Amino acid sequence: MSLDRTDVERIAHLARLEVGEQELAAYAETLSRILGLIEQMNAVDTEGIAPMSHPLDAGLRFRADEVTETDQREVFQGIAPSAQAGLYLVPKVIE
Amino acid sequence: MHEKSIAELSKALNNKDISSHELTLAYLDRIEAHRDLNAFVTVDRARALKQAQAADARLKSGQSGMLTGIPIAQKDIFCTDGLPTTCGSRMLANFVAPYDATVIQKFNTAGCVLLGKTNMDEFAMGSSNETSFFGPVHNPWDRRCVPGGSSGGSAAAVAARLAPAATGTDTGGSIRQPAALTGITGLKPSYGRVSRYGMVAFASSLDQGGPMARSAEDAALLLNVMAGFDPRDSTSVDRPVPDYTRTLDESIVGLRIGLPREYFGEGLGTEVGRMIEAALDQYRKLGAKVVEVSLPNSRLAIPCYYVLAPAEASSNLARYDGVRYGYRAPEYADLWEMYAKTRAQGFGAEVKRRIMIGTYALSAGYYDAYYLKAQKLRRLISGDFDRAFERCDVIMGPTSPTTAFEFGSKTDDPVAMYLSDIYTISVNLAGLPGMSIPAGFDGSRRPIGLQIIGRYFDEARLLNVAHKYQQVTDWHLRVPEGF
Repeated sequence: MSLDRTDVERIAHLARLEVGEQELAAYAETLSRILGLIEQMNAVDTEGIAPMSHPLDAGLRFRADEVTETDQREVFQGIAPSAQAGLYLVPKVIE
Repeated sequence: MHEKSIAELSKALNNKDISSHELTLAYLDRIEAHRDLNAFVTVDRARALKQAQAADARLKSGQSGMLTGIPIAQKDIFCTDGLPTTCGSRMLANFVAPYDATVIQKFNTAGCVLLGKTNMDEFAMGSSNETSFFGPVHNPWDRRCVPGGSSGGSAAAVAARLAPAATGTDTGGSIRQPAALTGITGLKPSYGRVSRYGMVAFASSLDQGGPMARSAEDAALLLNVMAGFDPRDSTSVDRPVPDYTRTLDESIVGLRIGLPREYFGEGLGTEVGRMIEAALDQYRKLGAKVVEVSLPNSRLAIPCYYVLAPAEASSNLARYDGVRYGYRAPEYADLWEMYAKTRAQGFGAEVKRRIMIGTYALSAGYYDAYYLKAQKLRRLISGDFDRAFERCDVIMGPTSPTTAFEFGSKTDDPVAMYLSDIYTISVNLAGLPGMSIPAGFDGSRRPIGLQIIGRYFDEARLLNVAHKYQQVTDWHLRVPEGF
């Protein structure tokens, strides 16, 4: 699978990454090379094999539905790029 | 003092031959004197010395443990309350975590001193430490060479004796490969053994923290502190933790060592191969038996990993959006631009490549062809190990195909860099514990690492097997010139 500039633009959009016009060709080239490596997977027939997501096939644990966290809003918002009155500030999205 | 093992330092501290304050000061001075290695991102002398004084008080009161007062370097991927946790990235260069990772908390409880935070590949993505926003780390054995990665700062710090021991994390070889390239002992525990809580996430189904130390004995002491169930990590495994030092001296007569023939083929450096053979001879002398095993799907490990790890990374790194913490671009017209510019400026080239590969692999219509296919291959790779372990107790081979390489030699070709982890990656995919221990040098005096792979939760045996070798060899005691 070889990617072209349009593919790179689409992926960059999905990944919320700004990619400059002059970088597109280089990304297309490197990402295609990596995909070339990845496509070695296709040489193997995996029909009927169960996918493995956890080495011990462990499921998720349940816990009691209890409040364990304390309110640390001020601490957490203290490290935000922009916060005010308990709110995170971002550019206006609704007119 | 910096030549001593943790057991020796602990004894000296408990006998009051030295105080933790003196010991910490000595290491802080060594870090300062060797700043050119760039092994540390953050060192807070005042904080470290205060911790050392508290440790001294504990030592005096008799409330001390084995590691009380021992200074430890922490990879800058573990969140540390009140200190920067950068993960080697511009994105987190200004991030001061409001809490401690479980691993940090455990070292604090044990009374260890946090010596500093070590440099690393950005978000642990790299095998040379060249992707760090804070610049590359130099290998103390040869400053023109990389220390390996991603835990390159921890590896260089321990190799240069700037810290008695350090922590690392290993997603595809990031503890073992730098340990091999700098001549130290590194252990990646079984998946689920050490809590990932507060450890900045890269690929959550593969990431695992572990010790990097001078010897297996020191690594065992660290693992005693680090291992254990943590309800705050949903993938932590609830199993009792043995005392890893207790079985170090057990006999290995009759131990069956499996040699995967796939690890000794094309691509393996001649000198590396020769030293691994020599190490196996040493094991035969210790009474072990060597049997050939096969890991037929190991050639698929790299392609499989470069789907799973980037896919999980693209999802994990979606959180860096410039809203709640970390970097935010200074100029933007709207919310869309704020995200895109923040991420374009905050992430380095390799991280962006992996985010894009992962995004592509998970995008609509491609999931089955990439992520699901890779998960199936993961099952095959894991099954290879199950079959091999029917015939042996541990598997041995090289940690890395080559010794430390020179700066810039692989930066232009990501695929060439990825091949540096060819022998380590399948261990992460299977979730098994793996170790690297020093096993000699090549003709340019660059260290060579022997990899030891075990069954699930067989860390105690790996440490035992490594320790026995270190009792009859002195590779692990060699120190680079000038340190």
